Amino acid sequence: MAGAYATFTHMTDYMGFQGLLTDEERMVRETARDFVNGEVLPIIEKHAQDQTFPKHLISKMGELGFYGPSLPEEYGCAGLSSVAYGLLMYELERGDSGLRSFASVQGSLVMWPIYAYGSEAQKQYWLPKMAKGEKIGCFGLTEPDFGSNPGGMLTKAVREPGGKWRINGTKMWITNGSIADVAVVWAQTEDGIRGFLVEKGTPGFNAPEMKGKWSLRASTTSELVLEDVIVEEEKSLLPHVKGLKGPLGCLTQARFGIAWGALGAADACYQCALDYAQHRIQFDRPIASFQLQQEKFAWMVTELTKGQFLVLQLGRLKDAKKYTPAQVSMAKMNNVNAALEICRKARTILGANGILDEYPIMRHMANLESVYTYEGTHDMHMLVIGQEVTGIPAYR
Amino acid sequence: MKILVALKQVPDTETRIKVAADGKSIDPADVKWITSPYDEYALEEAIRLKESKAAEVTVVSLGSDSAKDVLRNALALGADNAVLLKSEASDPLAIASALAAWAKGKGFDLILAGNKGIGGDNASVGPMIAELLDIAQANVVVKLEIGDGTFRAEREIEGGTEVIEGKLPAVITAQKGLNEPRYASLKGIMGAKKKTIEEVDGAAPSGSTSVVGMVMPPARPEGRKLDGEPAQQAAALLSALKDEAKIF
Ligand SMILES: Cc1cc2nc3c(=O)[nH]c(=O)nc-3n(C[C@H](O)[C@H](O)[C@H](O)COP(=O)(O)OP(=O)(O)OC[C@H]3O[C@@H](n4cnc5c(N)ncnc54)[C@H](O)[C@@H]3O)c2cc1C
Ligand SMILES: Cc1cc2nc3c(=O)[nH]c(=O)nc-3n(C[C@H](O)[C@H](O)[C@H](O)COP(=O)(O)OP(=O)(O)OC[C@H]3O[C@@H](n4cnc5c(N)ncnc54)[C@H](O)[C@@H]3O)c2cc1C
Repeated sequence: MAGAYATFTHMTDYMGFQGLLTDEERMVRETARDFVNGEVLPIIEKHAQDQTFPKHLISKMGELGFYGPSLPEEYGCAGLSSVAYGLLMYELERGDSGLRSFASVQGSLVMWPIYAYGSEAQKQYWLPKMAKGEKIGCFGLTEPDFGSNPGGMLTKAVREPGGKWRINGTKMWITNGSIADVAVVWAQTEDGIRGFLVEKGTPGFNAPEMKGKWSLRASTTSELVLEDVIVEEEKSLLPHVKGLKGPLGCLTQARFGIAWGALGAADACYQCALDYAQHRIQFDRPIASFQLQQEKFAWMVTELTKGQFLVLQLGRLKDAKKYTPAQVSMAKMNNVNAALEICRKARTILGANGILDEYPIMRHMANLESVYTYEGTHDMHMLVIGQEVTGIPAYR
Repeated sequence: MKILVALKQVPDTETRIKVAADGKSIDPADVKWITSPYDEYALEEAIRLKESKAAEVTVVSLGSDSAKDVLRNALALGADNAVLLKSEASDPLAIASALAAWAKGKGFDLILAGNKGIGGDNASVGPMIAELLDIAQANVVVKLEIGDGTFRAEREIEGGTEVIEGKLPAVITAQKGLNEPRYASLKGIMGAKKKTIEEVDGAAPSGSTSVVGMVMPPARPEGRKLDGEPAQQAAALLSALKDEAKIF
């Protein structure tokens, strides 16, 4: 909570990163940080242990404008810069990747496609409600047999008489699925892949929750089962996009946020380990005084710093509308990988304490295993970069 | 209703304070600055009054250019106008005089401030403003109700609550418990960008006191470990508390 009891901790800033931010960007980060300190850190370990998503935070984050904040004000959003959006993701993921995932899905994977590909009526109806968190969305692309290769999806939508469509198929690994009011479902049609808005409660549509995850335990992950689901074209079909570029365009937005977010989780682990090492005495000295541990800290803070400048530049390019999806791939690949490695090293520094839920490290580390895989696996982004520089696609 | 909220920029409570080379001020290197937490309660109260009674909220901070951060944050939280009184003054009377001189004649019905600025902990600026303007005051307030030209304030006293009623205009200084300050919303932050911060030369009349030195507390002596059976340890601890620490 803001106010006298705020534990106001600071982001790691080795190289004057914050000096390159505008006033609004700094303020967005601070408000998000305050929120995470006050509302998330005190409760998140329990939610992760219990495998529950902290639903009570949905409307609070909506009131603060955390969903789709870069979309325009006319739809109830804040119109932030991409860098401010990135900083918001950094702070949310410093809390937990599950919370950031919720905001990524809501803002980048559901509000963004409605904004970019939807009809005016769809935008007017959904965006203001979703910005406030009154309605929750999910994004259904991945299927049991099609993950890295979504173009092969089996889910099918067929035109029916009377301006209707019939959808059949199964989606898997869908964040927010069981708690969503609306799903963006991608399906094969006779004109290629199209996106459909499928509302909760539509006959034939179910979203059972998947259990048993050791990662992103404070996030809801679900299957989407569509059996002869009938939707009205006008309300459901996103009219302005056809083909795989539809879902890939959304993923570029979300990946941008993930490249920032992963650093937030890493920053939390780095700071936790640094504090621990300065106070933990072994062999009559703080373990921070040993060269082996210092090597880890030097590595961690260097990677964190490099990652910060990578996404800052990417954000500036994005705002200038000069960025490419392959650049986003580099940032997602590099930053999530570095973040995961930072968390692992931080874990070792805490010794046995590193595995306990009194410290956030093991939770972040396990979360990042999902982040490493979703939104394009590390490998796939590597292959995208390889294609970008050689001109030869190696994955198809 | 017109409300003025006085805000002070202070070093973050997490900052490890170092004394500057002059031996009488804080070394500003590595200091992160925040709004004094008690001032956040004052501001929150003002914004709530704005929402419930359509008040106009002006925030003022006396300080250097860096204090604009505090003002911008207040605009993001919902203040309507912001004024920076540019001044180097650090003596409480000098600060209160400058604030009172600026506020005089501007028709504020209510002046809110934190009961003290953390760090300095003088707890004097609010009451001094009230005296200088010759208006009512209630300090260290945990509950505030505004009537028609009147106020009713509650303060916590030893073992109970004191209730103070008075006429507006008045100065009220806020205590923890008055409310729960909100977070700035992203829309509020973007809205603040469109508002301007007025800058006024706040050259203060010279103060009545000046800080002549600042020293860090002596390093804590090393701890001592008690040995023996639990009963022996308890006895040793008791005698140490009694004879050395003299706490009873
Ligand atoms: C917690 C969680 C939440 C998720 N949320 C969503 C969501 O909200 N919506 C959604 O649609 N999906 C979601 N996903 C799914 C995620 O996007 C997929 O898991 C991801 O795309 C990888 O697909 P896959 O798991 O089928 O792995 P596969 O595609 O089977 O890949 C397995 C391995 O093979 C490698 N591989 C695959 N193809 C190649 C190749 N050509 N060359 C070299 N290596 C290759 C991969 O890199 C990986 O290492 C989520 C996943 C998780 C874990
Ligand atoms: C699940 C679990 C079960 C366990 N079971 C048992 C058990 O049955 N019996 C038992 O006795 N113990 C048990 N342990 C304790 C385990 O052996 C200790 O955790 C281990 O010895 C490390 O000690 P520590 O956790 O205190 O870490 P620390 O010794 O505090 O080490 C913290 C970090 O500092 C590094 N470090 C320490 N000293 C130096 C140095 N001089 N130079 C460079 N780096 C240094 C370490 O490598 C580590 O990275 C268990 C631990 C766990 C997690």
